[in-house]
Amino acid sequence: MSETQLIFQLSQPGRSAVSQAPKALADDKLSAIPAHLRRKQKPALPEVSEMQVVRHYTNLSSKNFAIDKQFYPLGSCTMKYNPRGANRAAMLPGFLNRHPLAPETHSQGFLSCMFELQNFLKEVTGMKGVSLAPMAGAQGEFAGVAMIRAYHEARGDEGRTEILIPEAAHGTNPATAVMCGYKVREVPVGKDGDVDLDALKAACGPQTAGLMMTNPSTCGVFERQIEAIAKTVHEAGGLLYYDGANLNAILGKVRPGDMGFDVIHMNLHKTFATPHGGGGPGAGPVGVSERLLPYLPTPMAGQRDDGSYHWIDTDTLETSIGHLSAFMGNAGVLLRAYYYARSLGREGMIRVGEFSTLAANYLLKRLEAVGCTAAYPDRRASHEFILTFAKEAKELGVTAMDIAKRLLDYNQHAPTTYFPLLVPECFLIEPTETESKEALDEFVDAMAAILEEARTQPDMVKEAPFTQPVRRLDDVKAARELDLAWSE
Amino acid sequence: MPYIPHTPDDVCAMLDAIGADSIEALFDEIPAHLKAAGKLDALPEGLSEMEVTRLMNERAAMDAGAVSFIGAGAYQHHIPAAVWEIATRGEFYTAYTPYQAEASQGTLQVIYEFQTLMTRLTGMEVSNASVYDGASGLSEAVLMALRANRKSKSRKVLVPTALNPRYTAATQAIVENQDVALDSVAFDPASGQTPLDALKPFEGQDYAALVISQPNFFGSLEEVDALTDWAHANSMLVIGVVNPTSLALLTPPGEWGAEGADIVVGEGQPLGVPLSSGGPYFGFMCCKQKYVRQMPGRIIGRTVDMEGKQGFALTLQAREQHIRRSKATSNICTNQGLAMTASTIYCSLLGPDGLTNVAAHCHANTQSLADKLTAIAGVERAFSAPTFHEVVLTLPKPAAEVLAALAGKDVLGGVSLATDYDMPNAILINATEIHSESDLDLFAVALKEVLAA
Repeated sequence: MSETQLIFQLSQPGRSAVSQAPKALADDKLSAIPAHLRRKQKPALPEVSEMQVVRHYTNLSSKNFAIDKQFYPLGSCTMKYNPRGANRAAMLPGFLNRHPLAPETHSQGFLSCMFELQNFLKEVTGMKGVSLAPMAGAQGEFAGVAMIRAYHEARGDEGRTEILIPEAAHGTNPATAVMCGYKVREVPVGKDGDVDLDALKAACGPQTAGLMMTNPSTCGVFERQIEAIAKTVHEAGGLLYYDGANLNAILGKVRPGDMGFDVIHMNLHKTFATPHGGGGPGAGPVGVSERLLPYLPTPMAGQRDDGSYHWIDTDTLETSIGHLSAFMGNAGVLLRAYYYARSLGREGMIRVGEFSTLAANYLLKRLEAVGCTAAYPDRRASHEFILTFAKEAKELGVTAMDIAKRLLDYNQHAPTTYFPLLVPECFLIEPTETESKEALDEFVDAMAAILEEARTQPDMVKEAPFTQPVRRLDDVKAARELDLAWSE
Repeated sequence: MPYIPHTPDDVCAMLDAIGADSIEALFDEIPAHLKAAGKLDALPEGLSEMEVTRLMNERAAMDAGAVSFIGAGAYQHHIPAAVWEIATRGEFYTAYTPYQAEASQGTLQVIYEFQTLMTRLTGMEVSNASVYDGASGLSEAVLMALRANRKSKSRKVLVPTALNPRYTAATQAIVENQDVALDSVAFDPASGQTPLDALKPFEGQDYAALVISQPNFFGSLEEVDALTDWAHANSMLVIGVVNPTSLALLTPPGEWGAEGADIVVGEGQPLGVPLSSGGPYFGFMCCKQKYVRQMPGRIIGRTVDMEGKQGFALTLQAREQHIRRSKATSNICTNQGLAMTASTIYCSLLGPDGLTNVAAHCHANTQSLADKLTAIAGVERAFSAPTFHEVVLTLPKPAAEVLAALAGKDVLGGVSLATDYDMPNAILINATEIHSESDLDLFAVALKEVLAA
């Protein structure tokens, strides 16, 4: 595929997509703006025709992998099918044109969807209250840890300065703890992928504000000691935070609230099938147990006795940790999640955990059969699992990264690589419930072929990919000779 | 089964390969008493696409039908048809974060073009790939200023009272756990601007930054050159909070005062993103080149591949959470990719003349609306400063009462300033290029009726 020019390179002075904008106004219409506050030159946006724009961005789109085109087994990312009906519903004019500050009299349709979604999420997670306000998983984490802090402070429990985090955790967990003013202490993970309970007991104390963990963990296995962990943390006076990154594995099967978690966030762009959009927007609602209800971020949807809906905000919930955005969060994403929840219903919700787990365990067994090495061979996979290519790296000089890049040539998106950090040369693979058996088998065939290539033509594999719009990129040049904006 | 492709035969074959008797057996590591069986009763039965669509059509229709003059941080503009038709192509809509650069050149090049557009609009040197929204963007800018201002040891930032109070509230909520203080700078009740006089008490004090909002929440234009120079003279960085549409007409923050603003953030929604109840929008974030390593969020660089061909890649990732963990600049790990893609297409379609015309019509329509409304007895402009596309009016009756009565006539007549500014009779109104002369007249007629009642 050829280099696509930048939109700026298509620009010609005097060209425009005139029908897209209103006509020019006489300058006297702007006389109320003092000259010294006026821009001297118009901004150098591209001057291009409507068709040039359409063709340019359509061509660029074709340079992407996407769920609509390829299998996308990214571990912890839950790249499931994004229903088109959800997009159409969220783009209905009544939803798109509603101003976030429209009065409640003109918001009953939207508020009813949000109120019901809060209730669905409560039910499916076993939590006592839900706020939809956080705009991404990382913001949900922030809200969750901020609530933990607000809880301790409200009790006058000032000495709690530490958040415990298993070493396999997502990078957002420690970054979030720091944003909430906490120190981070990592807890080791045992050889079987479960948390080292003795180490956790030793780490817990009066300085413990809480523990952040994912279950199933980022090792792709269910944390079997979860009740003992909850007991340990709670007895030390800390609270238990559930990172919902892997909620898809247990949707409808086990509920975080029943496992003893005090606060959770959900990634609706994973579990509730809203699109990843090339890196956002997401939505990261939070759910809490009874004792954290007063601190939920606002606004939330509430219902009056007469059945009408209203906003719950900081004027009535003064203990709330407050607003995390100008308005109420990523409403359009929440509407898509609402569609998905209504579409699945109870039975469908239970099937998610079942079939995502079936797909992962099937894929793991098949990959082991063609010579891949599982990181935790004695464990059940959850909805995802880890392979390690430490042997291939050592014996053949072919790394996990090389295999990932070669997969692109087989029209398969690479799994998550080099995460979690504690397993060397690893892939974290998550197939999701929406991939057919044939799609999983094709991935196995590709992996078998690449392992063979690694043995017979390792130098070729190390240079992959060959079929993409570009070959491997010079990241060092990108960082050393920063070029972050185009100049003619 | 919606979205699940497995036939009973598939399931049997898969269980066979695993060596398990049933799907339930795959959950044998979970303690039995923890299982959720029977606990999901409050969830309704699943619905077909036709049924959910009908349901959501009814809900959406309930909220439609009014003419709105609400701005206050989110603005209705015409969005060219091509913007979302392209942005929701599956190749953009269902792609992941571009970690595998070779398979993500479409998204990566769009971000690079977006970064370029934002630097040109703001007059700044670099831009990131966007953050969640304008308000949370300000919180990131405040934290960034604390890191970037090496001359300052303080954890304090000056924030004008005339800044959108929702930005102040969100920033407060996000930064307060890191011992950051936001100190208020008063506005002049006559002009509706932030005067230099209000900064006098802070002269010579140690603050990391001064926030300047252009236009401010009241729509008033600030004397940005004087404010910027004052901040720099007092060793503070300048954080500009700007409306992107207004930048087609107003001095870009990179040219404010002698040295320009240091960090610039704002709500990207006006650039091709629908109102959609408050999101998803995107926050844009730009800065001077010398501060780029303190900037949070994703940044794309142009580079070459091993054959020397142009390509685009994530760069400066050593700032980010997936590498630095607890030492990262922020916990943010997404941008608002889809909304940012839409805005890139929007800016390309409008071009320099188109965006200028949009901004001019917003300004002119708002002026015209204010003239029509202040022709009504007892309705006056609250402030004397020049404005962009919002105006504060004082009414002869309490704003809440008037707004409710207007809403009864399907006219959403702006927002009340009663709670945030103790101005019980004041409303903030906005008009944009989408409002026709008859829309403006409709508001004037309705207001006259409501005030006469």
